[in-house]
Amino acid sequence: MPAILTVNHLTKRFKDLTAVDDLSFTVNEGDVYGFLGQNGAGKSTTIRMLLSLIKPTSGQIDIFGQNLVTHRSDILKQTGAVIEKPDLYKYLSAYQNLFIFAKMSGIKVTRQLIMDQLQMVGLAERAQSKVKTFSQGMKQRLGIAVALIHNPRLIILDEPTNGLDPQGIADMRNLILQLSREMGKTIVVSSHLLSEIEIIANRILIINKGKKVVEGNAAELLDPAKTIVQIDTLNNNDAKEKLMRSKWASFILPSANTIKMQMNKSGIPELTSDMTGMSIGILSIQPRHSLEDYFLSLTTQQQDVDTIKN
Amino acid sequence: MWTLLKIELYKISKRPRTYIAFVAIAAIAFIFQFAFKADGQNYMDMMLQSVKDTFEFERVKAINGYFMCYIILNTLLIQVPILVALIAADSISGEANMGTLRLLISKPISRTQLILVKFAAATIFTILLLLWMAVTSLVFSLMIFGADDMLIFRSKGEESQILLITKDDIVWRYIAAFAYATVALTVIAALSLFLSIFAENSIGPIIATVCIVIVCTIISNINVPIIDKNVKPFLFTSYLVGWKGFFYIGTTEEGETIKGSLENWPAIQKSLLILLGHIVVLVSASVIVFKRKDILS
Repeated sequence: MPAILTVNHLTKRFKDLTAVDDLSFTVNEGDVYGFLGQNGAGKSTTIRMLLSLIKPTSGQIDIFGQNLVTHRSDILKQTGAVIEKPDLYKYLSAYQNLFIFAKMSGIKVTRQLIMDQLQMVGLAERAQSKVKTFSQGMKQRLGIAVALIHNPRLIILDEPTNGLDPQGIADMRNLILQLSREMGKTIVVSSHLLSEIEIIANRILIINKGKKVVEGNAAELLDPAKTIVQIDTLNNNDAKEKLMRSKWASFILPSANTIKMQMNKSGIPELTSDMTGMSIGILSIQPRHSLEDYFLSLTTQQQDVDTIKN
Repeated sequence: MWTLLKIELYKISKRPRTYIAFVAIAAIAFIFQFAFKADGQNYMDMMLQSVKDTFEFERVKAINGYFMCYIILNTLLIQVPILVALIAADSISGEANMGTLRLLISKPISRTQLILVKFAAATIFTILLLLWMAVTSLVFSLMIFGADDMLIFRSKGEESQILLITKDDIVWRYIAAFAYATVALTVIAALSLFLSIFAENSIGPIIATVCIVIVCTIISNINVPIIDKNVKPFLFTSYLVGWKGFFYIGTTEEGETIKGSLENWPAIQKSLLILLGHIVVLVSASVIVFKRKDILS
């Protein structure tokens, strides 16, 4: 698939703070590209640069093979976005909001087009209701409708599930998958939750403190063969000794007081059975992907910092 | 551009705060009309006390629609900048406050277009406000008080002057005065728009605009030679009331008014040019600053 978005050595500094630091990545046509990082990692700043809301300090952004600075208008005509909260004109109705933003996107607007779009996000019956009467989930859905009204090739969603209830989150996931699979849209979706991204993305980029940590195919990064299994038993030292003498020895990772093994997720039932056979008192077995482990470590570090600050 | 302007006007028309200015103007005009209808003669007696014996007013119905409009404009055109700021100062900051600014910027419209459209919409609002003022203060006053020749009371240096403008020489002066006031108030709109770029809610730019107008007006009224010469010529507030120049009718050496004349047309032209210069500078500055601004709201 050809590259639809190419970011080269992108950097953004706000006085002394470097929010995005020499970031490079490529999104191919048809990708659902998961843009992952903890809060404050630089996701929103990057997305704002992709939409020309913020000017990069250095670096280059090419979308649809064109430079964003020189072809801004052409690029934005084919791009739809929901940036954080989808704030709309609260004193206008859903229909009026959609009408306004469709006009601004430079397309021919018909009543049918707007109603179809509202139908797609389940708001057709509330078309004439003022946005100030909408719940967060409804606003989010209307924001999606605004982003899609001009049938863009590239859709950029910044934390689209923020503030949604579980049903809203599931609906949003389904919508993203539908847009990708049925309509062939290229989607860049940011989140601070790996669990959310791993369900929908085929490619993932993790950034931390503005820098790229890892980028690649979700299938490779989330390879089940690289699952870390953390085991807690009644006596971890005794259990570790027994496992070292078994066929599982080569899977054990060095760790002080815990038992950690890197293995294929599918081997967990057999491991459990063998451990029971070895009379090991199992308290818990937690499979965690190495990427998740890594991402969790980033998040935990941040939480530690927050705790110290508080 | 036209589509964007229509959208902008549509948004303004849907906001309740837009109509505050129209209600306020109608209320003030109505209060003046009611007060003068009820007790205007006492006011006129007081104003004419010193010249009663030397000037013949018998033929003129002093309190008439034209005179009332002049009185109302004298008061309103000092307060109207606040009403213009209510809308213009909300142009960018209001969008930032609602969170819609980032959505606007991510649409295929340039930032220059956006600023120019916002400015055009604020100017149209100003024109509509002045048209409404013309209806409430001139048309309604003519309906209530009728038409006649108009007396203008004027302080010129240390002496007072009363000018008489015949009724067939007034309408064009009002049209010109309202056109001038439009330019003057558009400066306020441009100033508010400029300030609105720096804020994320409209209260700040509204207050800042009003403060600037008050401070500059005070400076414009300080009669010290060094300020007269070096500061006042550059302050837009020195020209806000320049519309009155259209009612300062030219006179002969004998003191007879000359129909269709203006006492100092070059001064009015100069004032207009300075006001237009302010508009160009403020709108250009708005475009330059806004194009460089990172949208973080």
